Amino acid sequence: MNKDSNKYIYLYSTALVVAVAATLSIAATLLKPFQQKNIEVEKKQSILLSVHKAADVRKAKNKRQYVEAEYAKYITDGFVVNSLGEKQEGSAFEVNLEEEAAKPAADRKLPVFVCTDNDGKPKYIIPVRGVGLWGPIWGYVALHSDYSTIYGVVFDHQGETPGLGAELSTPDFQRQFEGKQIFDAASAFTSVKVVKGGHTQGKPHAVDAISGGTITSQGVEKMLMDNLSAYLLFFKEQQRAQEAERRRQEREKKEKEEEEERALLQAKQAEAARIARRAAAEAAAALQSDTTGAAPAVQSENTPVLEQPENL
Amino acid sequence: MEKESLFSAKNLKLLTDPLGRSNPVTVLVLGVCSALAVTVKLEPAVVMAISVTVVIAVSSVVMSLLRNTIPNRIRIIVQLVVVSLLVILVDQVLRAFAYDVSKQLSVFVGLIITNCIVMGRIEAFALGNKPWPSFVDGIGNGLGYGLILVVVGFVRELLGSGTLWGYRIIPSSFYIANGGVYENNGLVILPPMALILLGIIIWIQRSRNKNLVES
Repeated sequence: MNKDSNKYIYLYSTALVVAVAATLSIAATLLKPFQQKNIEVEKKQSILLSVHKAADVRKAKNKRQYVEAEYAKYITDGFVVNSLGEKQEGSAFEVNLEEEAAKPAADRKLPVFVCTDNDGKPKYIIPVRGVGLWGPIWGYVALHSDYSTIYGVVFDHQGETPGLGAELSTPDFQRQFEGKQIFDAASAFTSVKVVKGGHTQGKPHAVDAISGGTITSQGVEKMLMDNLSAYLLFFKEQQRAQEAERRRQEREKKEKEEEEERALLQAKQAEAARIARRAAAEAAAALQSDTTGAAPAVQSENTPVLEQPENL
Repeated sequence: MEKESLFSAKNLKLLTDPLGRSNPVTVLVLGVCSALAVTVKLEPAVVMAISVTVVIAVSSVVMSLLRNTIPNRIRIIVQLVVVSLLVILVDQVLRAFAYDVSKQLSVFVGLIITNCIVMGRIEAFALGNKPWPSFVDGIGNGLGYGLILVVVGFVRELLGSGTLWGYRIIPSSFYIANGGVYENNGLVILPPMALILLGIIIWIQRSRNKNLVES
């Protein structure tokens, strides 16, 4: 057949495209389970890193096993809340933030992961997702149990410029967030700002931006603002519940103290009554002995005022 | 026809020429775009160099095998399809079995497909030569490209971030922020500096090899 005839060209290109498409489909189908598993392990690793766990992952011989074991050990719970802060059905791990972001705010599922640390205090991990300069950026923010102080963060990105925007995934940038607060003293939501020019040392709501990565820095700020503010009612509710719990405990403690005081008082009163009774009885006895003429030599030793009540 | 040995002088020349005398970046000035994008740090530069080398070599072999069947009028389209297939396959395999590397590489997939060196070598060499010389030519050009990437990446990471391969080289106590006298050069991490460095490399090469200077 003539190599430059139309027929040959059509046949050739059709055959080529079919062969290529088949190869790619087979490859994609065969490799999919491995890829899914990698993505899952990666997600677990990020969650662990936000609470400063799985730090030795680079040294681990079998990364997958190591991450799974650490995850099972520390991440003890995960649940989904809605924008009103009410718990919903569903598993936190399965929520796809990209899909959720497309829904109206009221329908969004908001996942929360709970980490129980060695010290027994829970940390709450909130996944966040936003847009950088070239593509999506995402991460996890771990909050202390006051739902305001940041325990740790981890950020990652798809295609930010290496050396510039991509610096958001370095520990140097992420460490700045530790100890920052997303609520101010009047418990108004402030999120954490990413500001140029540094000098953020003593400021509880700001971190230093990335030099040469202005748009990425703004993206991080917006990502935290948007994602964390969606949980506002949940945070508030939890804080209120904690405050109520604290108050209740205080009140209980106070009531207990009052009760103890009352009991003490009653005991004292009972004792005083007993002493008074005994004194009266002894006085009567003394009167009687006086009349019989016997000297009450031992009376002073038995003086009831000196007697120690046994129950004190 | 006498059978040529696999590593004859002619084939070796295909391998070594692109490293210097006919380097795809400094002499042919191809693939400059990706050379700017991936050389801020050394690690992505090396990953990119390896991936490009693999893609050029394999696609050269495939195109060389197909060379007698390809209709001349649609050869560019055929080249594109074959190169894209290989790049996607490499990406998918890395994603399944070397996930950490693939996270580094996935950004550059598009850059590999459009890399002029890949198309340039297929067009200029593989379509007119047997598979083995085409393979050697692909490896040579990939390494020649990688060499420049690594040199530029080395300088940019060292001067721009004070690190190499992510490890700190310039001690942090030298920095002004920590009471020292040193500061990273912010210009080096911006794209223009890659062009300037590339220009310096071309300048040095041409002043040493007068044959490369256009009359």
